Amino acid sequence: MNTARLNLILILTALACALSTVNANHRARKLFTELEAAQKRTRDLDVEWGQLQLEQSTLAAHVRVEKAAREKLGMKPPVPGQISSAEPAPGK
Amino acid sequence: MKSIKFSRSPLLSERLPPWRQRLVLVVLLGAFVTLVARSLYLQGFDNEFLGDKGRARFERVIDISATRGRITDRNGDVLAVSTPVRSIWAIPEDAQLAPAQARSLAALLEMDVREINQKLASEREFVYVKRQLPPELADRVTALKLPGIHQKDEYRRYYPSGEVMAHMLGFTGVEDAGQEGIELAFNGQLSGKAGSRRVIKDRRGNVVEDVESIHPPQEGRDIVLAMDSKVQYLAYSYLKQALEENRAKAGGVVVLDARSGEILALANLPTYNPNNRFKLVGAQLRNRALTDSFEPGSTMKPFTVALALDEGKVRSNTPIQTAPGRLTIGTATIHDAHMHGVLTVAQVIQKSSNVGAAKLALSMTPQDMWNMFDSLGFGAPLKLGFPGEVGGRLRPAKTWRPIEQATMAYGHGISVTLIQLARAYQTFARDGDLVPISLARLEAPPLNGKQVFSAQTAHAVRAMLEMAVLPGGTAPKAQIAGYRVAGKTGTAHKIEGGTYANKYVASFVGFAPASDPRLIVAVMIDEPSNGKYYGGDVAAPVFAQVMAGSLRTLGVAPDAPLKPLVMTSAETVKEEM
Repeated sequence: MNTARLNLILILTALACALSTVNANHRARKLFTELEAAQKRTRDLDVEWGQLQLEQSTLAAHVRVEKAAREKLGMKPPVPGQISSAEPAPGK
Repeated sequence: MKSIKFSRSPLLSERLPPWRQRLVLVVLLGAFVTLVARSLYLQGFDNEFLGDKGRARFERVIDISATRGRITDRNGDVLAVSTPVRSIWAIPEDAQLAPAQARSLAALLEMDVREINQKLASEREFVYVKRQLPPELADRVTALKLPGIHQKDEYRRYYPSGEVMAHMLGFTGVEDAGQEGIELAFNGQLSGKAGSRRVIKDRRGNVVEDVESIHPPQEGRDIVLAMDSKVQYLAYSYLKQALEENRAKAGGVVVLDARSGEILALANLPTYNPNNRFKLVGAQLRNRALTDSFEPGSTMKPFTVALALDEGKVRSNTPIQTAPGRLTIGTATIHDAHMHGVLTVAQVIQKSSNVGAAKLALSMTPQDMWNMFDSLGFGAPLKLGFPGEVGGRLRPAKTWRPIEQATMAYGHGISVTLIQLARAYQTFARDGDLVPISLARLEAPPLNGKQVFSAQTAHAVRAMLEMAVLPGGTAPKAQIAGYRVAGKTGTAHKIEGGTYANKYVASFVGFAPASDPRLIVAVMIDEPSNGKYYGGDVAAPVFAQVMAGSLRTLGVAPDAPLKPLVMTSAETVKEEM
């Protein structure tokens, strides 16, 4: 009689363990999918960063900046008489 | 027909021999045992084949691509970057497009409909419709769902600085491998290694489990160069301007950091656009500053003088008789175009007298001179790791005839590259020592260099080089408002077919601020052919523009009062050739 009860308990325990394994596995896979998505996003962002860097350096190319400064803004390099240099005050 | 009930069948009353029953039992049992044994064997011992078959149902190997590293300048400005692109390709046999489909594809790709139809009518099994499209555009092509049109992921390398830095950076070829310049020199570090991993996919194609990583991917490492893109732009644009003004064939500029030995800029002309490499010719590809050697001419004189000072043969104010302006050694004669009479050693540099330099050279042994040239790095490549780098020509001292020793004193009979020349001037810009030069940015400047001249000698030569750019010297056009400058001109006949031709190489090497040198700039202009060909007229202005701009960009404090420059004195001193 006692043996039969023990068996029942053991069977139920085994069943619970099995189900929790299934559950854990499922959760692991779901988390893994999320990890994958996050990693893909990292790669995509890295690619985008590269493209933005490229765009930035194209827009900030010295040729372009100089052209804009000279033609649009009418700027020109200073001649010696126009430059004055500031020295730090003594003791500072 | 009369029926017989089964239970009354006469056959049942017949007794069968008992062995037949046992035989059937044994045969069935045997078959059963065989099956069990076979399944045990397959499950336990020889399970590889079936295991593989099983895994093949749910496991997949995924390739993981690795991107090539970026190249940036010392301030982090991107100079080269790889970004994914897609190529559209087609199997012409499958790609039977309706006219409307072909039109919409053509509109997306900004191509002519006829061109697309022509490609799709090809006999081949594989044609590229358009290569290297931005991914967003490629996605819109996918959305058209055209039959027989496919896409392939590729990487494309972009060089935002274009032709300004083409020679330094080089470029990559197909397969994203470096072919020239830094791309080739640092290819090992820049290129990544694609990896692969084994995963389990579910029925929707999502990866649900990582089984193992077969080869972990290795991303390409980023390279930080010593170059400063602003300084590089200045060097490039002023060189370009000078080449146009002087109708010169080619030219080069090198900017070195005198303290750390880093290469801040290196520009060559003619150049090319690395983003669009159609119709390239060899001359455009040459990184002249590193791969072409030339006879430097008078820019070598300071080394001769420095050696004579170092050996204690002369002092700065020792008089040397250069009259009557020529010196005959054996059958050959060295000329000065102007008669200078008695010059001090300092004036030999200032006025660039060949006779004076030759006389100084002949007071020393060939071996001593050779040792000096060798320790300055002439005659052997600098081993920067740059492809195609040459060392120039420096013959062994034992083979020197006296006339050759004399001409080497003013830079003939020896050939050097522009970068070697710039580096050798470190000895004067520093305290007589040389540090290795570097393509990559250094975290800390090298502590002690290799001593070539004594610090005292270096300072004495520096003072002479300052005189050379003041009125009365050969290069007043090298002056910069607000900074003290030191430098030396060079003008050399070119050798063509073994004899000196009426073509010139004009050069100037100098550094500033002279009180505490920060930058070394070397300029070389090949075959100026617009009337002017002296180093002081052609190369010195480029030096002044590049140096002034670079000092301002780097925020170096002026060491001289800001006043308008005196460019010309009553008589302009022309250097000797």
